[in-house]
Amino acid sequence: MIYALGRLDFSWDRFVTGLDNGARFIGRMLPPRIAQPDSLAKGLIESLEIAILASSMGILLSLPIGLFAARNLMPVWATWPARAIIAAARSFHPVIVAIIFVKAVGFGALAGICALVVASIGFIGKLFAEAIEEISLKQVEAVRATGASFMNVILFGVLPQVFGRFIGFATYQLDSNLRNSTMVGIVGAGGIGGTLFSAFQRFDYDFVAAILLSIIAMIMAGEVLATWVRGVFLEKGKVDGE
Amino acid sequence: MNAASTALSVRGLVKEYVRGKKVLDGITIDFAASGLSAVIGPSGTGKSTLLRCVNRLVEPTAGQIHFGGRDIAPLKGRALREARREIGMVFQEYNLVERLSVMENLLSGRLGYTPAFKAWLRRFPQEDIDRAFALLDQVGLGSFANQRADALSGGQRQRVGIARAVMQRPKLLLADEPTSSLDPKTSVEIMGIMRDLGREHGIPVIVNMHDVELAKRFADRIVGMSGGRIVYDGPPDGLTDDVLKTIYGGESWLAG
Amino acid sequence: MSATASIEQRRWRRFTPRQRLARFAVYLTLVVAIVLSARTVEVIPEFLYDAPEQMRDLLERMWPIAWSHYPKGVHEALVETLHIATLGTLIALVMALPVGLMAANNVVPNRVVNYLAKLVLVSSRSVNSLVWALLFVAVFGPGALAGTLAIAFRSVGFVGKLFGEALEESNRGTIEALEATGAPWSSRLAWGYWPQVKPAFWSIALFRWDINVRESAVLGLVGAGGIGMALDTALNLFQWDRVAMVLFSIFSVVVVAEIIVTQIRKKIL
Repeated sequence: MIYALGRLDFSWDRFVTGLDNGARFIGRMLPPRIAQPDSLAKGLIESLEIAILASSMGILLSLPIGLFAARNLMPVWATWPARAIIAAARSFHPVIVAIIFVKAVGFGALAGICALVVASIGFIGKLFAEAIEEISLKQVEAVRATGASFMNVILFGVLPQVFGRFIGFATYQLDSNLRNSTMVGIVGAGGIGGTLFSAFQRFDYDFVAAILLSIIAMIMAGEVLATWVRGVFLEKGKVDGE
Repeated sequence: MNAASTALSVRGLVKEYVRGKKVLDGITIDFAASGLSAVIGPSGTGKSTLLRCVNRLVEPTAGQIHFGGRDIAPLKGRALREARREIGMVFQEYNLVERLSVMENLLSGRLGYTPAFKAWLRRFPQEDIDRAFALLDQVGLGSFANQRADALSGGQRQRVGIARAVMQRPKLLLADEPTSSLDPKTSVEIMGIMRDLGREHGIPVIVNMHDVELAKRFADRIVGMSGGRIVYDGPPDGLTDDVLKTIYGGESWLAG
Repeated sequence: MSATASIEQRRWRRFTPRQRLARFAVYLTLVVAIVLSARTVEVIPEFLYDAPEQMRDLLERMWPIAWSHYPKGVHEALVETLHIATLGTLIALVMALPVGLMAANNVVPNRVVNYLAKLVLVSSRSVNSLVWALLFVAVFGPGALAGTLAIAFRSVGFVGKLFGEALEESNRGTIEALEATGAPWSSRLAWGYWPQVKPAFWSIALFRWDINVRESAVLGLVGAGGIGMALDTALNLFQWDRVAMVLFSIFSVVVVAEIIVTQIRKKIL
């Protein structure tokens, strides 16, 4: 650890100078000032749009992928590719994925949406598959014994057992996409991140403070929304509480 | 026994989970189109495997299973599902879908006849819903339709399990140790419900069990199994101590 | 038993009217939000049609990967990234212990302290690690120090929250037995709570380290040190074969980190 400290060029001097800087920095952040209300509003709305579209598409896509990746229900020829997709989607940070998409589909919201769709597939796909792998197969067997088709076995034997957890993952992912949608702009993939980054580079620290506060407000509002959705769907299922 | 009065006809059924180790060693038996038959025998003797081979939850290694005018042992896919929906099954641990309501569990008995889209929206024909309510009344759970299955006691769950199987309008009802997880009083009630529903709806019932007294009390016919073979097949009266010795081996447990 | 149930009872609905209304409200909100977003978001369709072409071009430029770039341009940055992740996690653990204790109501039965601790944890989590990095770069200047602190400050909230929850779930019985012997607060902590939450604590720490390895790889994009800096340089110069090299090394490190975490978890849990 000391070796690591040495390698990273930490020194007391630097730290003290930093604290000094920090005080000045905070001084310049106060009071927050909305320098460009237009670009702030536009950025926030775009971030929100990115989060909503990416979450809905990502969740929709991760349902079948997660199902195919569950080793207790699916044959190897289905689980192997599904697990490979999930692993690939998980391996890079959304911002890095965004870089690739900026190159592929150009600057703007589309790149951000694509990047967060990938992130959603990686996260929900993995957790959903794990949730399915933990279900009671006895209940599945009973539904199968009624002569139900494969889809009906999934609908009545599998989904009820994982529905509560799935709602949890989905709302969590919406939350997480909202946070990340404010960041992908740093690499040009749309949303408020671009505004934030350029304000930093111009040393407009009071505007930076205003942007950060509005991001936090938006994320908190998103959390309230997520809690509401969870409440609606898990109302009777206190047993579902993980 | 002629073909019309035979519900199920098993011919030379063999099951090996591990190659060379026969759990079922050439079972050949017919079941009539009515009445309750009890299959008794020590644990691990293949009773459960026999039942599960009939509705193909377990794949038989060899042999034929004639049901509804055809051999269902080689069936696959849609044909298998169509055979299964005519065979109801009651499980030892009830196997209800815990997080669905009692009504949804009953309606799941109709899934073999319901397209996925309608099943998803819970759009079941009114006829099915009426039948479900009637069956709930019959098993004494008339007011439980909207309870979640995991809120019920063991005896109540098994009643739902039986009602779900009867919802299928099956031509055969299989019950795999339906009373093994229940107390003696509830066990008697459950057996009574199965016998009565079987009679009323004209469904032949095959029950696996290890409680000999219970089997004698409710069954019209007793099948004794030991080591993957049938060693007794006859009326309950015929279950003498000697017969029980061949089924279960030893005799010390018979004393008192 | 109601053998003569009325017609009303015979109609079966899956949900009560209130539940149906609430669900309908959620679905409506969802649909409206999706439609509104889809209609107003600025997407240039031409870019989308062009995407496969661009993707092919990108892959062509990335291949062959500039393996030779690794020793001079990537290796040190990669090691720095690991240091940032590890050191950041350690600092976060040290900070999260007291805050997590204060957040757990059964350990510190004081609502005000609990609330303050939770506020600290929430603010730590609401700020993305990239934003933390931007802030610390502004304060301490570009480099690994800013990255390490960013990782640490972002992780405190995560570790503290989960640690606090683990404490609150710990078994009362053991603690009561210690209280009965008249043990002071500190020994209740050391002998009552700690043994119960120790596995959870290390499991959370490992989990966060795994996340931090991924996160620290991007911090360099805003100048906070590590392999992200190498990525940024290569990107700015459009040296896609070097970008591929950096991405490959990030991928390998992430995979190795995950394997390490899985192995350690198997051993300690």
